[in-house]
Amino acid sequence: MNLLGKLSWEAIPYHEPIIMGTLAVVGIAGVLIAFAITRAKQWNTLWFDWITSVDHKRLGVMYILLALIMLIRGFSDAIMMRTQLAMATNGAAGYLPPEHYDQIFTAHGVIMIMFMAMPFMIGLMNIVLPLQIGARDVAFPFMNNLSFWLSAGGAILINISLGLGEFAKTGWLAYPPLSELSFSPGVGVDYYIWALQISGVGTLLTGVNFLVTVFKMRAPGMKLMDMPIFTWTCTWANVLIVASFPILTAVLGLLTLDRYLDFHFFTNDLGGNAMMYINLFWAWGHPEVYILVLPAFGIFSEVISTFTGKRLFGYKSMVWASGAISILGFIVWLHHFFTMGSSANVNAFFGIMTMIIAVPTGVKLFNWLFTMYRGRLRMTAPVLWTLGFMVTFTIGGMTGVLLAVPGADYVLHNSLFLIAHFHNTIIGGAVFGYLAGFAFWFSKAMGFHLNERIGKASFWCWQVGFYMAFMPLYVLGFLGMTRRLNHSDNPDWNIWLYIACAGAFVILVGIVLQFVQLYLAFRDREQNRDLTGDPWNGHTLEWSTASPPQFYNFAVLPQVHDIDAFTEKKENGTAYQRPAKYAPIHMPRNTAAGILIAGAATAFGFAAVWHITWLAAASLVAVVAFLLQRAYAKDVDYYVQPDEIARIEYAHLRHINPAPAATPGHGQATPAKRRKKANEETIEEVSA
Amino acid sequence: MTAIAQIPQGATAASDHHDDHHHHDTSENTIFGFWLYLMTDCLLFASVFATYAVLFMNTAGGVSGRDIFELDYVAIETAALLFSSITYGFAMIAAHRQNKIATLGWLLVTFAFGAVFIGMEVNEFHHLIAEGNGPSRSAFLSSFFALVGMHGLHVTAGLIWMAVMMIEVVKRGLGKRTITRLSCLSLFWHFLDIVWVCVFTVVYLMGVV
Repeated sequence: MNLLGKLSWEAIPYHEPIIMGTLAVVGIAGVLIAFAITRAKQWNTLWFDWITSVDHKRLGVMYILLALIMLIRGFSDAIMMRTQLAMATNGAAGYLPPEHYDQIFTAHGVIMIMFMAMPFMIGLMNIVLPLQIGARDVAFPFMNNLSFWLSAGGAILINISLGLGEFAKTGWLAYPPLSELSFSPGVGVDYYIWALQISGVGTLLTGVNFLVTVFKMRAPGMKLMDMPIFTWTCTWANVLIVASFPILTAVLGLLTLDRYLDFHFFTNDLGGNAMMYINLFWAWGHPEVYILVLPAFGIFSEVISTFTGKRLFGYKSMVWASGAISILGFIVWLHHFFTMGSSANVNAFFGIMTMIIAVPTGVKLFNWLFTMYRGRLRMTAPVLWTLGFMVTFTIGGMTGVLLAVPGADYVLHNSLFLIAHFHNTIIGGAVFGYLAGFAFWFSKAMGFHLNERIGKASFWCWQVGFYMAFMPLYVLGFLGMTRRLNHSDNPDWNIWLYIACAGAFVILVGIVLQFVQLYLAFRDREQNRDLTGDPWNGHTLEWSTASPPQFYNFAVLPQVHDIDAFTEKKENGTAYQRPAKYAPIHMPRNTAAGILIAGAATAFGFAAVWHITWLAAASLVAVVAFLLQRAYAKDVDYYVQPDEIARIEYAHLRHINPAPAATPGHGQATPAKRRKKANEETIEEVSA
Repeated sequence: MTAIAQIPQGATAASDHHDDHHHHDTSENTIFGFWLYLMTDCLLFASVFATYAVLFMNTAGGVSGRDIFELDYVAIETAALLFSSITYGFAMIAAHRQNKIATLGWLLVTFAFGAVFIGMEVNEFHHLIAEGNGPSRSAFLSSFFALVGMHGLHVTAGLIWMAVMMIEVVKRGLGKRTITRLSCLSLFWHFLDIVWVCVFTVVYLMGVV
């Protein structure tokens, strides 16, 4: 028996200059970062304050860091595809051979959905949700750390595939029978399976964790219908996670059995049925897009409400519209394959259900419009992202309704029209939302502001670049170009492919500007401190804490009577109160158990990919051993003493008293009155 | 710890009481969280049930359920698992009464019933594979082995967990945290029983009808 399973020196793609170049750059960057950390003597900080942290705010920051790193990887794939397609016209071969190109479009999809969008969304939820409901942490802080490292483990596995072996060439859905052993004998699909499986478990645990948090740990007085809208949309997303991710686990498990143990679920022979995979996959996949976009809707709602200085219009309809979208999201999966050959009635049902989703989404759009109506919109970067979203997402939604017509879908199925549609909704909806949330809550999480000017420039590059890159794809879809082509030979397509490629480069400038913005923010952080913790005159409880929030979040748990709990406190003068005496706070200790368990799980995934039996067995035993060690660990918590709390609280309150929140432009009395008046006027005029 | 967690929370009360926080990992949260996890597990089983329902007629010229299921055998297996649920209930009653010996005794009986169930299932699988009716033979057999085997893996995990809990009870007695863990395992064990009732009905009973 070979000790290394299928692994050998041939697994390293020496002959691919692009891959070897990328690996060299990653290696050099890694060494430089390690050197910088060593020189700054920060390894201890990194380990004790971040990697082992169970603090939801720090885990949130790490999630977003993971998302940004994976954004670079996923976008590199994107721009390589666009340049390949722009070069490989008129029968030219381009610079990417098909077997490499196929891995790139697969990796692009998997990375952008599972390792960019999901961590970004979960990161924002981690930072904001517990603060919004006035909780000190999530229900299971250790499990939260474990979830993060499982997600990171999946991401690491997918990146290992770049330099060791190959990645799947199947497209991000890994449809059988192509993904079966007979057609994909390499390790690519196995990397796909284990990366998704490991990170999927992490996501599932996150869903459970945040549902318990929301149902059991709200601040005293906060009813469910008092929860801020972002918390509500995240809650719906978590319901969807808990209800849909098990299906992904199951379907990947079945594909694993097919590939490893010669089962016949989805094979062409012995009674297998590939459509079963496709149905199950989309029973997860469609709810998944709402998992991505619902929290983004929540972010837009918070942004619009905050920057108009008004209460969100139609809060209750917003909550129920999100609920309706969540439920409808589960009964539309078949629209991904109308061409399967189900009967006309079945297709009609799924087509109509799909179109109905436009109704609650429309409710949301009108709610945002009515919130802005008669408000004074401050044109900050988060607002720009929101306005850009409202226009862009509406277009994406309408092309979605078009695709929901089975007859039209038969023509447009698997064409670039579809690609344009879902990028239109996922970039215009989810990504714009996360970037709005990033700009909105950055100072809350980090304690200093982003560079607003560069942030706005980045938005315009994204906005313009998006339209340049994806509107041509609608045209190309109508011109008959299908997805996943490696090269083309149709002169009518060329011009559109060139425009799309140029658009991708404009987006590249937008992404570079995001990083420039981050760099400038870090460089100038001393001048741009957020001392009050409430830079935007915010409505919800996260703005009542310091920036970054105290590690225990709230010295005294707030009493909540209103959806805009912090606004209410500011209006009646109960914000920033000092109690006579603080009580000790019970806190969980940091632990290495999360990274150890997830590390062993990742090692198991790697061993399974390469069929290294002993390593698979050893790492499984290690997972159980680390779990047991954690279960019986002593000294997992401690108490923060009142004098320490008082010291931290007074240091923060010093920046606010004696003139509470009297920063110019963020005063209280006038905006509060104006807000009230504007709210009343909107309601009158809308009902009239 | 219980008393502390139950003190009413609030801004005014905060200055007087020792502790006003939401206690981390309170048993209530843990059990609710575990129950949510079980619902996700339920959906995992539902997906594999759906696969079985779609594929069970695809025998590819091989055996069908009618040819291979022995109801008498499965009835004994089922009885063992159902009895193990009752005995686990007795273990929980004893645990709530703080009766360590009785708790351990009933856990041991439950473990034995569970082990009988798993032993019989492994034996059934062994015979099927030996006769050439393994999971590679047809989509029907693939989905049969996956569904029943997944339930079996869950029961095996439950047995390992139960062994760990017995050691915990011996070493630490029946403290609040141990009771919470026993309650979670109890939920898990009864849940697996319910799933088995569905497996027995859908796979075995409907398979021979």
